Amino acid sequence: MSLPVRTFDAIVVGAGGSGLRAALELSRAGLRVAVLTKVFPTRSHTVAAQGGVAAPLANSGEDNWHWHMYDTVKGSDYLGDQDAIEYMCRRAVEVVIELEHMGMPFDRLENGKIYQRPFGGHTQDYGSAKMAMRACAAADRTGHAMLHTLYQQNVHANTQFFVEWMALDLVRDAEGDVLGVTALEMETGEASLFHAKATLLATGGAGRIFAASTNAFINTGDGLGMAARAGLPLQDMEFYQFHPTGVYGAGVLITEGVRGEGGYLLNKNGERFMERYAPNAKDLASRDVVSRAMTTEIKEGRGCGPDADHVMLKLDHLGADVINQRLPGIREIAIKFANADPIREPIPVVPTVHYQMGGIPANYLGEVVVPAGGNDEAVVRGLYAAGECSCVSVHGANRLGTNSLLDLLVFGKSSGEQMVKSIRAMPEAHKPLPKDAGERSQARLVRLDSARSGERVAEVSNELRRTMQAHCGVFRFPELLIEGVEKMKAIAARAERIAIEDKSKVFNTARIEALELDNLVETAMATVVSAEARKESRGAQARSDHPDRDDANWLKHTLWYKDGNRLAYKPVHLKPLSVDSFEPKVRTY
Amino acid sequence: MDRLQHDRLKWKCRRGLLELDLVLERFLRREGKTLSESDAAALSELLEQPDNDLWELVIGRSDRVDARLRGILAQLRAC
Ligand SMILES: Cc1cc2nc3c(=O)[nH]c(=O)nc-3n(C[C@H](O)[C@H](O)[C@H](O)COP(=O)(O)OP(=O)(O)OC[C@H]3O[C@@H](n4cnc5c(N)ncnc54)[C@H](O)[C@@H]3O)c2cc1C
Repeated sequence: MSLPVRTFDAIVVGAGGSGLRAALELSRAGLRVAVLTKVFPTRSHTVAAQGGVAAPLANSGEDNWHWHMYDTVKGSDYLGDQDAIEYMCRRAVEVVIELEHMGMPFDRLENGKIYQRPFGGHTQDYGSAKMAMRACAAADRTGHAMLHTLYQQNVHANTQFFVEWMALDLVRDAEGDVLGVTALEMETGEASLFHAKATLLATGGAGRIFAASTNAFINTGDGLGMAARAGLPLQDMEFYQFHPTGVYGAGVLITEGVRGEGGYLLNKNGERFMERYAPNAKDLASRDVVSRAMTTEIKEGRGCGPDADHVMLKLDHLGADVINQRLPGIREIAIKFANADPIREPIPVVPTVHYQMGGIPANYLGEVVVPAGGNDEAVVRGLYAAGECSCVSVHGANRLGTNSLLDLLVFGKSSGEQMVKSIRAMPEAHKPLPKDAGERSQARLVRLDSARSGERVAEVSNELRRTMQAHCGVFRFPELLIEGVEKMKAIAARAERIAIEDKSKVFNTARIEALELDNLVETAMATVVSAEARKESRGAQARSDHPDRDDANWLKHTLWYKDGNRLAYKPVHLKPLSVDSFEPKVRTY
Repeated sequence: MDRLQHDRLKWKCRRGLLELDLVLERFLRREGKTLSESDAAALSELLEQPDNDLWELVIGRSDRVDARLRGILAQLRAC
């Protein structure tokens, strides 16, 4: 049984900020581009970004790319590749101004220039106490405005959108070249082959592998699963950033602004415990410090509620006026998801998974790179990755706020440019599809469509999320990690025995969720196995048995392979493109 | 609603904002089985709104919506 084939110059999987930026570059070059997306483009998770996008425009105070680069290297806890970081910071002004010219409604200064505000970790003069004004925002709708602007531009440039199409697997030939993807049209339930000269994965993060997550339901790590199944490694998957204040039980993010306005955290004894952990910054210490303190309180039995598993965020002392006027939306979120009116009572919160630093290994041109033939970073011909699903790696072990939207713009653009270049250098005719193209996807579908009985998707995915939360959370304990790896192996085995009751093809969401589960499994396995193996604490990885960073042994990138569930390592690029290297130092704020 | 209508609506409830995912999932779980044809159609229309606008409607910070959709919006707000 062969699948119908659709042929394009380029395929972009994902219509968030990174996918749309890349597609624009390709369409404007006159190429035939297909963008596949599970949901309507402007409903991609990028819409949730509020804080802004970083660029050293120096509109509201002195700034330059060197300072931005230093902050990003330090923020990454020195795991970031310094060539890629230099590349990103040097192109930041260009991509933000370009977006402005496309019509992005940035907030403005009186002189008409883009207004910029400070954001955690962004400083002046290589880490001085003075904050840089570097974040550009469009009210509290930065991500929304970015998606709408880029989508409109793509419509004008004739990008072809395949909405409610789910990419299933990469197509690789015997030489390892990527020749496209298989994808399922939800409306019909039928699979097709998309044949192209270049394919970009821009499928976003996989925050949904944890029980407590700020990510939307669609963030199931599909691109990561596709890469892993195609034999490609996933890089630095142990590093996930936790946001300290997600609403307990729901995950919805309560902005740092609440603590900025004077809100603070309490344990079950009503103690303002951050005074003990960070006597100066207290509740405004950096995200990882606050998250770890909260977890310690809970671990030591001072959590709130019947299960002693969360802490409280108190803001009633700020008064109704401040809450209503300066923290719009917070009251509604607390009432809706915690059943607590913050004007009268505290909000239950827990550290919540927010951002995935690891991903598909790529260089700053978006090319996917893997170890081969003695080269740590051999290019996989035909395959590119950008955005949260990629690991370039500019965020290293910890991302700075507002650097992610910048990453989407810079590497969306650079991967688009590189794809154009590479396609133009290729022969007119497409490289022929291998005979077995589509086989893996067909086998997955056949299994789902024929299994009479077996495991249920919701149960297995809930178990996966609970396991990751309990065994691979903010604080990592050696015994829990080892147990977590074993539990994930059992969960992976259960996931292979999934059965769905309703076998209908036409718009069957149960079938789609079963296919998503495969991706959750690959991502979660990569995460827990990589975390167990890394015997140090760095950035977002905090281990109880190895509390310090260990540059002598661990200043290296992790690579996880699905095949054999095995790990390899490769060096960090400490050498920037043009400036001197920033040598690893102890990270203090 | 039959299975197909339900699944179509369910996928339209997959959003970029987790806030909406949660409210809409809760609503479909509670009311999905018994939702009338006209309410289902109204919900589907309401779901065409961009995420941020829809969220402002749901939490009552905005009322800018066609009169025909007020009924279903009230149900969502109460959920
Ligand atoms: C609440 C919140 C607030 C944030 N605020 C900020 C901020 O202020 N500043 C900042 O810099 N960063 C912020 N971030 C992080 C940032 O928003 C994300 O990292 C970024 O938007 C990810 O963009 P992306 O293009 O990689 O993917 P996404 O926007 O997640 O898009 C992924 C796309 O892939 C598609 N897709 C996925 N799987 C498939 C498949 N199998 N087949 C077809 N299509 C598929 C989806 O439909 C979607 O179109 C925030 C994150 C959260 C959760």
